Amino acid sequence: MNRNTKINILLVVIVVALAVLPLALGLGDHKDEPFAGADAQAETAITEIEPDYEPWFTPLYEPPSGEVESALFALQAAIGAGVLAYYFGLRRGRRQGAERARAQEADAARSGGEAKDTRSRTEQV
Amino acid sequence: MHIAEGFLPPAHAIAWGVASAPFVVHGVRSLTREVKEHPESTLLLGASGAFTFVLSALKIPSVTGSCSHPTGTGLGAILFRPPIMTVLGTITLLFQALLLAHGGLTTLGANVFSMAIIGPWAGYAVYKLLKRYEVPLMVAVFFGAFVADLSTYCVTSVQLALAFPDPSSGFLGALGKFGGIFAVTQIPLAVSEGLLTVLVMRLLVQSSKGELTRLGVLLQSKGTRPGTRTEKSEATEDAGAPGKPAKSEASRTSETGAST
Repeated sequence: MNRNTKINILLVVIVVALAVLPLALGLGDHKDEPFAGADAQAETAITEIEPDYEPWFTPLYEPPSGEVESALFALQAAIGAGVLAYYFGLRRGRRQGAERARAQEADAARSGGEAKDTRSRTEQV
Repeated sequence: MHIAEGFLPPAHAIAWGVASAPFVVHGVRSLTREVKEHPESTLLLGASGAFTFVLSALKIPSVTGSCSHPTGTGLGAILFRPPIMTVLGTITLLFQALLLAHGGLTTLGANVFSMAIIGPWAGYAVYKLLKRYEVPLMVAVFFGAFVADLSTYCVTSVQLALAFPDPSSGFLGALGKFGGIFAVTQIPLAVSEGLLTVLVMRLLVQSSKGELTRLGVLLQSKGTRPGTRTEKSEATEDAGAPGKPAKSEASRTSETGAST
């Protein structure tokens, strides 16, 4: 594994640790609803400050259950992850294709004569 | 940072909508110009939007014992400048408002203002400032994304405090209250977002050097000419290490074996 990959994996590990540690350390235990969403807490805070406040508009569509809502959130993440994966996959494929083409070029040049130098350079890239 | 549907009084909702509209219009113009002049950037534009899609769908536990989500707007702002990120962020917010009942149409203006306008601009400003002082690219990217994320939640706190000042302690009291809910929760998540943005930027440096050079992300790092590609990529790789202090030493050992 080269250094680049190691750094990338370490980045992911730190992010995962940052998310898991609050759970593992039980940092939500003092709350009535541990690990509730901050957005929902803000709604509660609003009703604390202004008990009479009534939302004057309701969502046009509301997921009928928590399951459907989480499915839609997963869909959102999946669409995003899919597009990102497509992008990086495509780039990688193009790069490999270009490298292969260059290698073939170098091979052709070698059979022509003075190509050793060009080829070793291609391998490094 | 999503202010729920109907949770801003009409006057506030309209005011934030009016404030956001010109930014969105300007953003759409920049986006169409970018796509027309550089059709090849469509893919990377899609990837930047996708990054926001993923990150804003992930609700992650935080040290305060509540959950919140990153915004993912720093990356697009750094790559394509904030106006274009405004459009990508608005699309994400619209998707969530319409399908997930997360945020809302009446609060869209306010949410766009925090997540798709102030966040990207603040992050971009920090990124540019750090690069002016020749800070390594990946460090600038980290703090750009960190600030884009955190400033978004600070703006949301201000928006709510303006709409719902505390009866006894007024605007500042309410700001403390909403800030405690949003901004403090967000600090570790902003760190996560910074690290993830650095990760994606590192992958981009490996895979899309030409594109990043055209967008000015790579060219400005050392003032090298486009001809000296190899030197530049090594410079950016080195730049990656100080961004994550915890392991820069460990990774340095294998520095000589770094391959492009």
